[in-house]
Amino acid sequence: MDFQTVGNILLQVLVGGLSLGVLYAIVALGYTLVYGVLQLINFAHSEVFITGGIVAYLVFSGLQGAAMNGYLKLLLAGLAAMAVSGLLNVLIERLAYRPLRGAQRLVPLITAIGVSLVLQDLLRFLVGLRGQFDLSVPLPQGFANPITSVLGVNVSNLNLQVKDIILIVVAALMLVGLNLLVNHTRLGRAIRAVAHDRQTSGLMGIDANRIISLTFLIGGALGGLGGVMFAMKYQALNAYSGTVPGLKAFTAAVLGGIGSIPGAVVGGLVLGWLETLLGVISLFSAIPGLSWLGAIKAEYKDIGAFLALILILFLKPAGLLGRATTEKV
Amino acid sequence: MTSLSASPRGQAGDRTLPLLAYTAVTALLLIFLRGQVADGPARLLQPVLFGAFLLSLLFAYQWRAAGWAKTLVFAAGIGFVLPFMGRDNTSYFDLVIQMLIFAALALGLNIVVGLAGLLDLGYIAFFAVGAYLWGVFGSPQFGTVTGNAAFAGGVNPHLFWLFIPLAVLAAALVGVLIGLPVLKLKGDYLAIVTLGLGEVVRIFANNLGVTNGPQGIDAIQSAPVPWLNALARNLGFSEDQYRLFFLYLLVLVVIAIVILVNYRLDRSKIGRAWIAIREDEIAAQAMGVPLLRTKLLAFATGASFAGAMGVLFAAKQNFIDPKSFDYFQSIGVLSMVILGGMGNIAGVFLGAVVVTLLNLMVLPTLSEVLQQSFPNLNQNLDPSKYQRLIFGLVLVLMMLYRPEGLLPSARRKAEMHADEPAPDSIAEQNALEGDTGSEVYSPGLSTIKENDRTGSER
Repeated sequence: MDFQTVGNILLQVLVGGLSLGVLYAIVALGYTLVYGVLQLINFAHSEVFITGGIVAYLVFSGLQGAAMNGYLKLLLAGLAAMAVSGLLNVLIERLAYRPLRGAQRLVPLITAIGVSLVLQDLLRFLVGLRGQFDLSVPLPQGFANPITSVLGVNVSNLNLQVKDIILIVVAALMLVGLNLLVNHTRLGRAIRAVAHDRQTSGLMGIDANRIISLTFLIGGALGGLGGVMFAMKYQALNAYSGTVPGLKAFTAAVLGGIGSIPGAVVGGLVLGWLETLLGVISLFSAIPGLSWLGAIKAEYKDIGAFLALILILFLKPAGLLGRATTEKV
Repeated sequence: MTSLSASPRGQAGDRTLPLLAYTAVTALLLIFLRGQVADGPARLLQPVLFGAFLLSLLFAYQWRAAGWAKTLVFAAGIGFVLPFMGRDNTSYFDLVIQMLIFAALALGLNIVVGLAGLLDLGYIAFFAVGAYLWGVFGSPQFGTVTGNAAFAGGVNPHLFWLFIPLAVLAAALVGVLIGLPVLKLKGDYLAIVTLGLGEVVRIFANNLGVTNGPQGIDAIQSAPVPWLNALARNLGFSEDQYRLFFLYLLVLVVIAIVILVNYRLDRSKIGRAWIAIREDEIAAQAMGVPLLRTKLLAFATGASFAGAMGVLFAAKQNFIDPKSFDYFQSIGVLSMVILGGMGNIAGVFLGAVVVTLLNLMVLPTLSEVLQQSFPNLNQNLDPSKYQRLIFGLVLVLMMLYRPEGLLPSARRKAEMHADEPAPDSIAEQNALEGDTGSEVYSPGLSTIKENDRTGSER
């Protein structure tokens, strides 16, 4: 194994990890927003997210024959998914979480797990009405085309497709948009106020219930768009496939420091790169002295994510970019 | 009120006669109608009757009745009716053993979640440790792994007895190893990390050579007990039921031990330390409770129960594969604990029985009935596919409407409803608990009702 091969593999990891990482990052935003406001791990976000993927499947297969620009189809799928997932998230909050405000911490968490399980089977039922379990997403034309050169540099050996670029661009737009929303608008200020101190913000004339609903709407919509990106990237999904990426995205949020938007991005990227690297690391066993790497199977990449989580929480409990909170006694 | 002894409940009068009558009627109906049921919706009678009969055991525990009547109901139910149904139809045996295994698991998780308040979403990993420990050694897999022809059928099956304590130790050790780095974390983080670690165990089981990956391990033995087999033969059991008969008795013994340990712990200094940690870590620490050590002890104790039950599970199933040990199973055990009533032994038992009965008997029977009645029914509507929905609904509805569970422990009930204006009943509960100092209800400290706009209303 020469340097060029090693370099190629590493470059591949960098690019593949980037597209995976931003996917985690955009799903992680939904967790982070809700956690920031309610201190609740919204387990049901996995299902909200995969609902977006299913909507994308429906839109793409409904428009399969239509003579329509691929990007327009993507736009339609994105809008539909954002609407459905956002409203679903609001509904969940209204029915399941709101009655439990002020209860012990574990109570809403267990409820969230329950909601997630209920949604899984409801989704399976709805999807199953079409007679299928595993969905295979038909991509708009051109999305799977390989990219051979970027700015004149030949990248044909990188295994890069148009959809990867779309994913990265969409994610960047979402991150910038959310950042603007949270930091530079009235609504964003209200969200931050409620996150900081719900009661005092109430005294300042902020309707906390409305703000929380809006936060769930935004978080759900982001999750839905993430689901569209997931459907586009993997082209295969079913009602249960939200769980593992949802968990990884949450891991990413915690890694970066939950509640922090740049943290979600950093966490997502770290996780994406780590996972992609672990997936191909056994290739390096050809290098003399590194033959033990051959024992690391690609399947163990999921373990890497969780071990990273434990390590980070152990060393830096507030996450990479999080601020340590002081315990109120 | 997690008392094991026959204690009066409520103000109702003596119910010896109703108890005996109810038990006799349900048991006789169950036994005599077992072969009579025709096809169609009438088949549902079977699970209903079985559930009704199991209820008599709960009543025997709950009701105020003469001691001899309670003993009689328990002895007849466990010693005669259940084995009799099992002899008649092996699937009943399987079901009852499975129920008891899950009950023990739920009791173990009850220590971790119910008493110590540590939400462990990877609990099933410890079960897997026990199951794979005996699965690998007690099956031809051991011969394959070691390449030694002497172990072509696994180790000597008599070693089964050694492997139960070994599994207890191994699971407790894994519990400590997992617990050490993560128990520093609080509530939600702990939940997500244990979930991840549970997945790690499953991924290893899925990929290691020792565990034979996704194909799983087949032909797992159980201990040979010739005199029990002879007894079983004399009682009319068929040869393929000997193993289940043996395991049924063994599970009963193990359950008895588990209940005893649970009960003693609940009342011990350690148990109170766990509850103190659950309620307020910082206050507990200030009062001299060593946090990490106490939490680790809860983790290890819960894990050790699961390890022992894993061995029994492997012996009962004959076959194990990673699918039995995924996240979903952990949630299943959690929903048993929550449905029945966290912190209460009888409640947890009830939860395990109800959920197992629902999953292994009610839903499959319902599926069969539906398929027979409507042959053209959409496969999608098959009730046995909706386990997740049921677990989920159990979790959500219980949290929303009855967070203390079906059979709450008095202590828990007082906590969950501390903000409701019912000082009389609370005082009464405190009196019942014989507890005057530690559970002070102070209206001044209860949650302040905020106005609507702050969004903190209950």
